[in-house]
Amino acid sequence: MSLSLHLPVLVILLPLMASPLCILIDRARASWLITLIASLLSFYCSVLLLQQVQITGTISYELGGWQPPWGIEYRIDLLSAFMLILVTGLATLVLLFARYSVEQEISKLRIVPFYATLLLAIAGLTGICVSGDVFNVFVFLEISSIASYTLISMGRDRRALNAAFKYLVMGTIGATFILIGIGFLYMHTGTLNMQDLAGRLPALYDNRTIRAGFAFITVGIGLKLALFPLHLWLPNAYTYAPSVVSALLAATATKVAVYMLLRFLLNIFSLDFSLDAMPLDLILIALGSTAIISASLVAIFQVNLKRLLAYSSVAQLGYIALAIGLANHSGLTAAMLHIFNHALMKGALFLSLGAMVYKLGDAELHSSQGLIRHMPLTSVSILVGGLSLIGIPGTAGFISKWYMIQATLELGLWPLALIILAGSVLAVIYIWKIVESIFFQSPPSTVAVHEAPVSMIVPMAILAAANIYFGLNTHLTVDLADSASTLLVMGGGQ
Amino acid sequence: MSHFPGLFNYWIVIFLMMAGFYVVISQGNLVKKIIGLSLFQASAFILYISEANVDGGHVPILEEGITLYSNPLPHVLILTAIVVSVSTTAVGLALIVRIKETYGTVEEDELQEIDNAQDEADTPDQKQQIAEEKEI
Amino acid sequence: MDIALLSMLSITAIAAIRLRDLFAVTMLFGIYSFLTAAFFLTLDAIDVAFTEAAVGAGVTTVLMLATLRLTGRYEQTPKHSPLIPILVVCITGAALVYGTLDAPTVGDPEAPSQTHVAPRYIQQSADEIGIPNMVTSVLASYRGYDTLGETFVIFCAGLAVIIILGLQDSGEIHPGRSAIGDQLVLRVVIKMLLPFILLFALYVQLHGDYGAGGGFQAGVIFASGFILYDLVFGEGDARLIIPPNWLRRMAALGVLLYAGVGVTTLIMGKNFLDYSALAESPTAGQHLGIFLVEIGVGITVFSVILTIFFAFSGRARIAVKTGRGGS
Repeated sequence: MSLSLHLPVLVILLPLMASPLCILIDRARASWLITLIASLLSFYCSVLLLQQVQITGTISYELGGWQPPWGIEYRIDLLSAFMLILVTGLATLVLLFARYSVEQEISKLRIVPFYATLLLAIAGLTGICVSGDVFNVFVFLEISSIASYTLISMGRDRRALNAAFKYLVMGTIGATFILIGIGFLYMHTGTLNMQDLAGRLPALYDNRTIRAGFAFITVGIGLKLALFPLHLWLPNAYTYAPSVVSALLAATATKVAVYMLLRFLLNIFSLDFSLDAMPLDLILIALGSTAIISASLVAIFQVNLKRLLAYSSVAQLGYIALAIGLANHSGLTAAMLHIFNHALMKGALFLSLGAMVYKLGDAELHSSQGLIRHMPLTSVSILVGGLSLIGIPGTAGFISKWYMIQATLELGLWPLALIILAGSVLAVIYIWKIVESIFFQSPPSTVAVHEAPVSMIVPMAILAAANIYFGLNTHLTVDLADSASTLLVMGGGQ
Repeated sequence: MSHFPGLFNYWIVIFLMMAGFYVVISQGNLVKKIIGLSLFQASAFILYISEANVDGGHVPILEEGITLYSNPLPHVLILTAIVVSVSTTAVGLALIVRIKETYGTVEEDELQEIDNAQDEADTPDQKQQIAEEKEI
Repeated sequence: MDIALLSMLSITAIAAIRLRDLFAVTMLFGIYSFLTAAFFLTLDAIDVAFTEAAVGAGVTTVLMLATLRLTGRYEQTPKHSPLIPILVVCITGAALVYGTLDAPTVGDPEAPSQTHVAPRYIQQSADEIGIPNMVTSVLASYRGYDTLGETFVIFCAGLAVIIILGLQDSGEIHPGRSAIGDQLVLRVVIKMLLPFILLFALYVQLHGDYGAGGGFQAGVIFASGFILYDLVFGEGDARLIIPPNWLRRMAALGVLLYAGVGVTTLIMGKNFLDYSALAESPTAGQHLGIFLVEIGVGITVFSVILTIFFAFSGRARIAVKTGRGGS
């Protein structure tokens, strides 16, 4: 048996099968270790897959040995491999961090099912990234969604329950919209396979059923990715979820939803149809711009740092939507870069807040006063993440914003460039608020804490360093994003 | 089997779906929201099964002498979707039970009020006040 | 027939919007599910009808009632104007109607959905899989991976309910004290009925190849047998037979069995879930594979449904003890 042939399914199987294993073994410490190892191995498989894809081109794997479109196909191109690395890599770092944080925030009896559910969330997210079958995407989307609702509800504050419920209702409406859309596409094509759909759809672009299906799928995914104004579930969900869950979801879940959007818009349909024949490009640009300005404004007034970052996430998703709406090669490259870089920033920031919650009990702005005296490493990591979020040169955030502005100028749309800059200015304000409190205010006299344990510092430091590394050395990410967006612009035919 | 002319079948199904959707987004009671969600989904399933139907077709179980069958694929998809739907419903209802226990209500407006009050209580001024009162 | 069913469905839906008594609304939902199941039957979807009746009308309705017992029966009159929801619903509905304008008519045998992928399942599943029920062939083999995902969704729901509600493992058990009072006749009837329910579940489990049925439906029926026993013979009696802690392990074993079949085919040198690797001839392998994964599904569904039932009824007991709970 040659394992390398089966990598596409192993990436998913490792976290998927580790989940029931945790339940069978039923030991808290062991389930953390299993979860960490499973995601590490899954990350290793993703790296191997990326290498394979770079050498041999797109990989197709027939599940059950049935040839598509009759069976389900896994189809891994550069974009899928890129997303796999992002999801499994961040999951591994978050899990490295998780041990103490989870022991503190989750009651002892629930630790084993917590990790089992976390594994299912990761498996669901990775499953979406590799699937070449639209209905299979729906199934894995629901695995990850149900797992996320549950994980969010485990926050210590009772508001976590209400937030989880709201997310559940919005998410399920989104899923049902996607289901209806798939039904409409199936009505006229008779297939669920993405490649097959891409081949059959161009002849049907004037068909009203196909157009309605397109609209329903887009709105459904918009709900899942918290596209403004469908973002209302997100701030509370990220604020009250356990620290580890906020970090994982903020870094990966919405990114995977963006990936789904790209697949549907550009591979199953095509650039010309989605962003030209349909007025979606304008809608994305308008909603994206509104999200950047309004969510950043709201973020300025937040006193809970997790909530502040959650609103900032809504704004960052606005940047990505705007970049996709530009509908050209550089716009897509910028969008993909920002997917990656934003995952790095929010990973670093939410993990740092997790360390703060671990030591101080909450993530309120006033608790962060003078944090630099007790937790210097955590403070520096927040600073780096914040600078990257603003887009200061030398950080990863600068690269994606730079490409985004270039893309707008290529089209002569300088007002959009101004909006992007305005977003950065607003980010300066809300990040400054945090920095001022951490670095320049004296700590409350009652507080006497020390730096977080090493297992928390290491993943945080890796992510903070990555924010600087990918800000200085852009070859790896820019080349990947560039080739992936070339594939997307060409459409699904290859 | 279907005696319906053309698309009329779909339109009734759309009406049913929208009735469920309306319950989800307009009602304030969380249990009723979940019921609406289930109605919405169950009606979307009818859409798929209508799609699968073939005039004069037969239940998709092979039998001697029959060549025309209804399409089994949407049936399979909906079997999966039904299971997903009941799973979501179970999680939603479990959340409602806990919400009732911790908040004492399952009405959306009241929950929002309680949440807002708690959000305000979290702001630093009031916390300081509380702390000062304690010291006194 | 269709017209009658569809208009009954519409009436039920409208009534469900208007009523404020949630108990009545839940009952209407159960009726709605039954009508949907009946409608599926007229559209030749026998497997789907079976599942909708067992799950929609059965499990979901019972869960809703269990929730109402804890949260109260009546809802408040909404204070908001329904204008925005109506607007959203009208736009969505209009988009849907627009979408159907170019749709192939219902029942058209020449529609693209009937002529592209589906014919292979209809014409060749007999040779390729070797079982008469095409729905089972597609479910467990052609699209067996989706069904694996579906089984994990159920597993996840089980975990979710354990996490959210907890299983009162050490909670008091009252053998012999029944939730519905001591009813001798009912006890005798259930005692006689129970073996048949379990036998029927077994039949459904094994009969999926030939007729409607399979692991999912069997799991639901098996679980409802136990739930019935628990209701009539006393709170917690069923827990003595299967301790809740075992249930989650059984659920885990069920999904592992399914995925394990896939791993076995990997080790035998074929693709994941390619059952033809399991035996000498491909169809024998398909038979064995489908048999095993259906058992996996059955075990997981049974354990998860029972877990959910225990979790909800456990909460009800806590609520009664502490004087909380709905009016």
